[in-house]
Amino acid sequence: MRKIYDFHGGIHPPENKQQSLGGPIRSAGIPKQLTVPLSQHIGAASKPLVTIGERVLKGQVIAEAGGFVSVPQHAPSSGTVIAIEDRAIPHPSGFHAPCIVIECDGKDEWLPLQGLANYSERSPEELLDLIREAGIAGMGGAGFPAAVKLKGKPESQIQTLIINGTECEPYITADDALMRERAEDIITGVKILQHIVKPTETLIGVEDNKPEGIVALREAAQGSDIEVVEFPTKYPSGGEKQLIEILTGKQVPSGGLPADIGIVCQNLGTTVAVQQAVLQGRPLISRITTVTGEAVDQPGNFEVLLGTPMSHLLELAGYDSTRNKRLIMGGPMMGFTLTDLNVPVVKTTNCLLAPSESELPAPPPAQACIRCGLCAEACPASLLPQQLFWFSQGKEYEKLEQHNLFDCIECGACSYVCPSNIPLVQYYRASKADILQQRRDHEKSEQSRLRFEARQERLAREEEEKAAKRAARKKAAELRAQQAADSDSVEDPIQAAIERAKAKKASQQQSAATESELEKLEKAVASTRKRLETASSKLKQAQEEGSELVEALQKGVDKTQVKLEQAEKALAEYQAKQPQATEGSHDTGDAAQAAIAKAKAARAAAGDMSPQEKLQKQVDNLRQRLEKTSQRLAESRSAGEEAKIVDALEATEQRLQSKLAEAEQELAKFNAMEAS
Amino acid sequence: MALLRITSPHAHGPMSTQRVMQQVLLAALPGIVVLTYFFGFGTLVNILWGSLLALSFEALALKLRGRDIGFYLKDYSALVTATLLGIAMPPYAPWWLIAVGIASAIILAKHLYGGLGYNPFNPAMVGYVVLLISFPVQMTAWTAPRGVGEVPGLLDALQACFLPALYDGVTQATPLDVLKQNNSLLIEQLWEDNPIFGRWAGLGWEWANLAFLAGGAWLLYRRIFTWHAPVAMLLSIALLSAIFYDGGSSASGGSPLFHLLSGATMFGAFFIVTDPVTSAVSLRGRLIYGALIGMLVYIIRVSGNYPDAIAFAVLIMNFAAPFIDHYTQPPTYGHRKKTEQH
Ligand code: SF4
Ligand code: SF4
Repeated sequence: MRKIYDFHGGIHPPENKQQSLGGPIRSAGIPKQLTVPLSQHIGAASKPLVTIGERVLKGQVIAEAGGFVSVPQHAPSSGTVIAIEDRAIPHPSGFHAPCIVIECDGKDEWLPLQGLANYSERSPEELLDLIREAGIAGMGGAGFPAAVKLKGKPESQIQTLIINGTECEPYITADDALMRERAEDIITGVKILQHIVKPTETLIGVEDNKPEGIVALREAAQGSDIEVVEFPTKYPSGGEKQLIEILTGKQVPSGGLPADIGIVCQNLGTTVAVQQAVLQGRPLISRITTVTGEAVDQPGNFEVLLGTPMSHLLELAGYDSTRNKRLIMGGPMMGFTLTDLNVPVVKTTNCLLAPSESELPAPPPAQACIRCGLCAEACPASLLPQQLFWFSQGKEYEKLEQHNLFDCIECGACSYVCPSNIPLVQYYRASKADILQQRRDHEKSEQSRLRFEARQERLAREEEEKAAKRAARKKAAELRAQQAADSDSVEDPIQAAIERAKAKKASQQQSAATESELEKLEKAVASTRKRLETASSKLKQAQEEGSELVEALQKGVDKTQVKLEQAEKALAEYQAKQPQATEGSHDTGDAAQAAIAKAKAARAAAGDMSPQEKLQKQVDNLRQRLEKTSQRLAESRSAGEEAKIVDALEATEQRLQSKLAEAEQELAKFNAMEAS
Repeated sequence: MALLRITSPHAHGPMSTQRVMQQVLLAALPGIVVLTYFFGFGTLVNILWGSLLALSFEALALKLRGRDIGFYLKDYSALVTATLLGIAMPPYAPWWLIAVGIASAIILAKHLYGGLGYNPFNPAMVGYVVLLISFPVQMTAWTAPRGVGEVPGLLDALQACFLPALYDGVTQATPLDVLKQNNSLLIEQLWEDNPIFGRWAGLGWEWANLAFLAGGAWLLYRRIFTWHAPVAMLLSIALLSAIFYDGGSSASGGSPLFHLLSGATMFGAFFIVTDPVTSAVSLRGRLIYGALIGMLVYIIRVSGNYPDAIAFAVLIMNFAAPFIDHYTQPPTYGHRKKTEQH
């Protein structure tokens, strides 16, 4: 006998399973319309492949997988696509989401199917593809694509394959019915999974309140190495983490996956779907759903086409709406209420519970927490629910995280036992949502903070560069001024040469500075691009491997993408702002451009000049003009030009001379001031 | 008809705060009956008069705080407080003494802190300690038990409560006092000399303690609270008294059995220490909480100046409960260290 471990806490609510176990599984038939939501699983929504008005056959792919963590959808029966639009789907908050609506023709005409006669000769990859293409997503709770989960990570060797036949929630008997009636199919399905995962041990965990199912399974499993393990009934032993602890004594590390400790878990319903997909080529288009509660007269299990409206199913079970105040999809502990009877049955619809008012009375008003600790005793995650409640009320998010709020599996055991009727789980859900929102906000503000800082830095840098340029120019100008003062209007070719050399050096230095800045930016772009490439390749790898890190990686890639865009933008901005620098540094030798650049530089320089520099420039200008004028005058005199012209030139010369004298005087004053 | 939208879980267990409180009251009954048998109707009058006051004070406090009086009165917590204080106080206490005690418990210890669930200190014990410090004479006047003295009748009890000036009861030192003051006789001699001692402990007291033990066991059976704190407390008292028994010499602190069945030991263990609001929460924390209370009880009993020690020990540990909780937070699923894995 295998050793059975216990998990902390747990409760024993009334099971209420007998009601729906009275008869065999019934067929729910073909409804008039089928509404197939494009998202019946965790992960990306599927993409429609059909158009309105198109006739589809039963089993035909009508939507393809929308990503790696996604599955395709199939037509559950033959008919005509009459709409692809948002319809109400089963969701706690009554969402509307894209659906493909098929008007059934009642013929139930299959697309020709082709199964694999001998799966054991096929490679696991091939079988995984089949499973994915059959649209199989976990049929227990969350609806995680089965193939993704089975594939796991290459580095985590799976030792234990666990099939979850626990069905610990009260009322639900869908898996129990499967065990009783289709034990053979289950075992075949498990064998296929074994072939894919190659575990060293395979366990089917079943609570001891399903003796008939256990007997049937054991019989079917005879001669195989599949072990059917029976353990005491206790809610929530069907929680994946709890089941793992019961069967192996190991705990899945917080935030980790069962695969991290060499375990992969699959739901019992999934095994039957796998068997059908591989042996018959039949996609997942129907499931077993329990319809029960005192508001239905003939409770039981139904084989129902996915997309069938709940109302159709309820009608078959003899639903009396006058007796029913709340309709629950799932069980009484973790299920959620539906307010629209027309939402369709989906892959995760294991139960439809229509209780009477007295069966599940409305919750009485909450009283004060008396810290009785019953909740802590019941909590399967070993949390302190009363403390979490306390902190939730006070919105003390840090304390909540310290007390491991995110390890809460929302099983509802604490609320169930609370004598003060406090809706504890509701508080936790709200707090979790708040904290996640806060994290997102924080991330956003962090990003904008970084962006702001980058901008500030850039501005500061530009300011510095400008200052450096100004200083260089000033130096050059001073040099020239000195030279002018030294040579006193006579150009000394040596001085001029020195000055030119110095000026050139200064400008080179400056352009070197801008160049290094440019290089930095270019480097940033290049490295970010590289990072993006590695991140993308990692993501791709993860997707191929079916790692559940995909989402996190995707986020990483997105972030890097944003960073790259930012870096590129910064570079572009920089280049736009520094045309002369960049063009100068990649000297094209284009004279015209050089001239333009020079003119620009001159203009820019003028803007930056001190009054002294301006004067100096003025003096220089005047001197030049005077020189030219004198030359011209001499030329015209010697050429014997018209007196009028000579007179005019003479007058100009005089004017320039007086102006020059004025300017020089002014400049001398400045220089004297500076000297003192 | 519109369908309700309610979040999970949809099912709720049978337990309610009212029922918890009712069962605590019920479990206290055997103890009350035994006390009444041995000491007369004093305790009963304490409880009834106290309950009346408690409900009135509670209603008043709720009104002042603008709460729904009917809704909160129904939680029975005021009745429980009054009953516990009534049991803890000496029988035949005057009406005003009870009134001061109940007022301290309900208004001071409970509502000033925000009402049920928010009070850090056990209200009944706060009431008791306020009285013991303010009126030590009245609070230590215990009647002699049946078999030693005359047990007053119902009329006497009413008179003692409402016309205290006219009541003249006979009071006597409790066995715990006698033992503490003894420094010349061997335990054995003490037992022979003094008629207030019974088979294992004080006459009458031993049976009252056993009755409270029975009530406590029933509450445990009903899973109203966990065994951790009371058992830890009783074990630590037994252990310490065994260590310091000293062979029954004149310096002996008394035998383990004597301590377990004296004074308010069992009442304290099952009706005070288990008060969920003011005790530690985690199971490990409750073990520590109970053991430390037991230790304090023994130390104060043997070397302190007060006749019994439950109230002080409990209040001191009420202080410590949050710290104990802080250091005994159980490891959440998935947070075990690798080495702790099976
Ligand atoms: S069960 Fe309810 S009343 Fe008791 S400690 Fe938990 S939250 Fe408080
Ligand atoms: S809902 Fe969360 S806190 Fe409550 S018992 Fe379940 S895991 Fe523990």
